Amino acid sequence: MIEFSHLSKKFGKLPVLDDVSLHLTNGKSIALIGPNGSGKTTLIKCLLGMVVPDNGTITVDGSDIYGDWSYRAGLGYMPQIGRYPDNMTIAQVFGMMKDIRHIPDQQLDEDLIRAYKLPAIYDKRMRTLSGGTRQKVSACLAFLFDPAVIVLDEPTAGLDPVSAGILTDKIIAETQKGKLALITSHILSELDDLVDEVVYLQDGRVKFHKSLPQLRADTGEHKLVRAIAHVMENA
Amino acid sequence: MKKIVKYVLLDILRNKILISYTLLLFAITMTMLLLGDNETKVLLSLLNIVLIVLPLVSIIFSTIYYYNSVEFIELLVCQPIRRTSILLSIYAGLTLSLLIAFAIGVGLPLLLMDHSSTAALLVMIGCLLTVIFAALAILGSVRMRDKTRGIGMAILAWFYFSLLYDGLVLFLLFQFSDYPLEKPSIVLGALNPIDLARIMLLLRLDSSAMMGYTGAVFQEFFGSAGGTLLAFGLLLLWTMVPLWAALRRFNHKDL
Repeated sequence: MIEFSHLSKKFGKLPVLDDVSLHLTNGKSIALIGPNGSGKTTLIKCLLGMVVPDNGTITVDGSDIYGDWSYRAGLGYMPQIGRYPDNMTIAQVFGMMKDIRHIPDQQLDEDLIRAYKLPAIYDKRMRTLSGGTRQKVSACLAFLFDPAVIVLDEPTAGLDPVSAGILTDKIIAETQKGKLALITSHILSELDDLVDEVVYLQDGRVKFHKSLPQLRADTGEHKLVRAIAHVMENA
Repeated sequence: MKKIVKYVLLDILRNKILISYTLLLFAITMTMLLLGDNETKVLLSLLNIVLIVLPLVSIIFSTIYYYNSVEFIELLVCQPIRRTSILLSIYAGLTLSLLIAFAIGVGLPLLLMDHSSTAALLVMIGCLLTVIFAALAILGSVRMRDKTRGIGMAILAWFYFSLLYDGLVLFLLFQFSDYPLEKPSIVLGALNPIDLARIMLLLRLDSSAMMGYTGAVFQEFFGSAGGTLLAFGLLLLWTMVPLWAALRRFNHKDL
């Protein structure tokens, strides 16, 4: 369970997040939608502790994350652009992460690694990888430690349709196990089967936070793309 | 934390620049030891190398390494690790590898060919300068987001500490030459780690006689056991303060 309360952040003079309050519950997969520059990535980075908010608090399972680091053990993150040390091989990156987290091998979730057939290219160095393969590595790392909360920033942006399908299936499977998935995406069509709730951000403010059926009922549109378009036009 | 240090160390020790730095130091030290006829002269020449090359390599290498590991840092920051231990691990890995290079390049030949306590002091001073300038590099690169500015600042800092500062001190000494400046010059010497290191070693080599009355004051102050301890304490402060400031900034930095 994640609670954002009255979160604000400015980069210089530019307000990126403006009094954002959200309550996200376990077992749900939540889409974070909004135009470019609406603060989606910043909100995620605040949750991960990469960006320190100016005001407001974030609590994960009831405890404030400010100055805390241990909560990140229950967090998996797939960044929009995965950046890794150039000289490391894929195997070394996985090895290092396992080494840092020291979780026994049998508790690791290596489904995605197998599905993406990564062991075949374990010796490749990170700098030689294509954008899509990098994304696969990021996805595998996000799920590897079986975290309770999975944060995915534009997960399918660089992936081919087959790989994207594998990833969406994995996300659905994990949320059915009671995990919380927070997804940002611009490809709204693929979110239809994936998400339970929609959070719409605009100019750093939460415009609405509704469940998908509620949104459909309110807008009278079945498809998420249409529903969001409806909201944007009537705003 | 140990694990991150291990990965940083493994990464740097494979670096060709560091290997050539080690070889260069080794070649210079060996040449001087083999060609020099007088031990004091050899140590003086080595001192000049240590005072100029070491800070330069230490600050530039550390700055560039930090900017190159920005991705690595981002990867670690969203793992369950304290930010403090991430930065300290990177710093520890960096200084350890630079110290290893210095130990092999200068320490080993000195240990084999020259067993004097002055040589030991030289090695110690070299180690301290490496550690200090790596800390300054970390502070600079944590504060500057832009790589070009960061590296530029590192070069400027080195320029300031090794050349500009002495010029400024000389200027001050000339301007106020009518006043007794012995005590202020001790303070001025302590405000620059390179000067402090130079004074500490020169006093050991009895070259302080050439510095006239100021040299005698230096001898009286830094020559005593308390003075030496104070000098070492100051050099340690030169490490701790930049590192502390870097940690403070890093803990609140947006990545």
